[in-house]
Amino acid sequence: MAPNRFKTLFARKPQGLLNLYITAGYPALHDTVPLLQTLAAAGADILEIGVPFSDPLADGPVIQQTSSVALRNGMTLKLLLQELQGVREHLPDTPLLLMGYLNPVLQLGMEEFCRLASAAGIDGVILPDLPAEEYAAEYQELFRQHNLRPVFLITPQTSEARIRRLDELTDSFLYLVSGPGLTGGNQTADHGAQQAYLQRVEALNLRNPRLVGFGIADKASFDAACRHAHGAIIGSALLRALDGAADPHQAAREFVQRIIGPPIPAR
Amino acid sequence: MSHYQPDARGYYGPFGGAFIPEMLYPNVEELRAQYLDILADESFRQEYQQLLRDYVGRPTPLFKAERLSKHFGATIYLKREDLCHTGAHKINNTVGQILLAERLGKKRIIAETGAGQHGVATATVCALRGLECIVYMGAVDMERQKPNVARMRMLGAEVRPAVSGSQTLKDATNEAIRDWISNPTDTHYIIGSVVGPHPYPDLVARLQAVISEEMRRQLLEQAGRELPDYVVACVGGGSNAAGAFYHFLDEPAVELVAVEAAGHGVDSGKSAATTVLGRPGIIHGSRTLLMQDEHGQITEPHSISAGLDYPGIGPLHAFLADSRRARFLSITDADALQAAQLCSRLEGIIPALESAHAIAALTALPLQADDVVVLNLSGRGDKDLETYLRELHLA
Repeated sequence: MAPNRFKTLFARKPQGLLNLYITAGYPALHDTVPLLQTLAAAGADILEIGVPFSDPLADGPVIQQTSSVALRNGMTLKLLLQELQGVREHLPDTPLLLMGYLNPVLQLGMEEFCRLASAAGIDGVILPDLPAEEYAAEYQELFRQHNLRPVFLITPQTSEARIRRLDELTDSFLYLVSGPGLTGGNQTADHGAQQAYLQRVEALNLRNPRLVGFGIADKASFDAACRHAHGAIIGSALLRALDGAADPHQAAREFVQRIIGPPIPAR
Repeated sequence: MSHYQPDARGYYGPFGGAFIPEMLYPNVEELRAQYLDILADESFRQEYQQLLRDYVGRPTPLFKAERLSKHFGATIYLKREDLCHTGAHKINNTVGQILLAERLGKKRIIAETGAGQHGVATATVCALRGLECIVYMGAVDMERQKPNVARMRMLGAEVRPAVSGSQTLKDATNEAIRDWISNPTDTHYIIGSVVGPHPYPDLVARLQAVISEEMRRQLLEQAGRELPDYVVACVGGGSNAAGAFYHFLDEPAVELVAVEAAGHGVDSGKSAATTVLGRPGIIHGSRTLLMQDEHGQITEPHSISAGLDYPGIGPLHAFLADSRRARFLSITDADALQAAQLCSRLEGIIPALESAHAIAALTALPLQADDVVVLNLSGRGDKDLETYLRELHLA
């Protein structure tokens, strides 16, 4: 049995985890694996690889845009899984997740998807439009066989009973959607409501660590999210920083520094 | 229990379900848990029936179209949904859903629209009940269905353009779903067709079922038989067809004919004939037949008719196609235009472009002289006049 890289990471670093999302095939078709290496070297703790989809229902304008660029570049789920074979030579320890919508996965075939993801050393899968009930009924065993762990989203509207059910269903982390809205939105605007929600979930003493995502865009929102959670997830803000950058690797390094680096001294 | 009712998880055979992100779970679950009780509630039923009668103008006539009958060589009845208030069947559903939204305590209504008929029907009931209304409409559709955009604005609704993808019905639906994700507590999403996550396909089918309920009664009165040989309806998402088929589903003697938009032709690359071109996939929260490429990306459909320009189909219809309970035909843009002219000139009824597809399909049926056909004339063609005049060179 391969190690659970989530567990290893959380044992080593229980606080302030930085999880970064990029869209596969963006900005250029073959940027994905090199960018993952750059981000890990710069200090990312967990990496999410977005599988572009034509109709990303839960995503805001930035990820809609990067997804359509990636599709125009020629990215497909099959090509991505090919490119990821061998990624573990460069990134032995960083937990890696695939995040995407269900339809491309079903067209490839869930079994084939799991087989290839597992062979590449992927640790977790986020499929926002695969409800937990459907996962439990249809795919749980398959995921187990392939040492893949699902990540479930919870929102401020998710009931305590349901949060506990989702917590039981996985062994990775829980993705706390920070507030109402899409990825890249301004959920962190209502600071008080967000902190109250994060504290409420913190008090449930769940099995899985909690990472906060949606609308986390800078050091201030990252630090605020980490106060009552184990870390936070950033996608749209990073992709915006890569947009049009002459050197996306340099832009990625600078972005990570702005989030986790020492405070910029006042002039 | 009919074979054609969804199971507890919302499946019609292999199609249906509720593939929604967690952000929508509380809203959809609330609806799922309550819709059957609310629909069965006496106060709801009374209010719904009364509004259908006094506001919508039901029952709509069943009209024996003598000259069309002569033309096609069988007895053709038109179910005049075009005579509903706002000009299409769509209001049967919105009247029901606005009453449902009130009972769920919702203050804000969102909707998607293709041809604009569902948008107008939603804006209408929101005005009637004093609720805020936001309608998402593809930017391309706003251009080709201008009169309906104007009507929605006159009724006090906000029309927001969907500018992603092909800027048509699919994209408007994406934007409406994104709005619902962003407004998780006070908003009800009035879906206009038998699409979306469970329980929407069943909810909308039940609210449109009044069409076939009346058809049976009226046919008995007029023709001395409750069951026609054929029921014909166009299908985009499939709400008027679901309503027209509903009370005939368990009558194997009645042949159900669903008419999709072939666009420029099913092999042209510009088509919306989902049962011909689609494979099982997931769109807007439902597992159904879906036009997509080999990598599972949804492909852009084409139809001259904004209401049929959709790459999916309701899960009930996917099941009717798969199980061969219904015969699916596809009609090109050009044939639909000719049929619209034919109906206008023979019966003095200008049909919507969507309904014109159903009329055109009569040519493709092996009709006998003693056959009785009921065709659901789902909407009127005022909104399409600009297209008719241009495409038929009448301007």
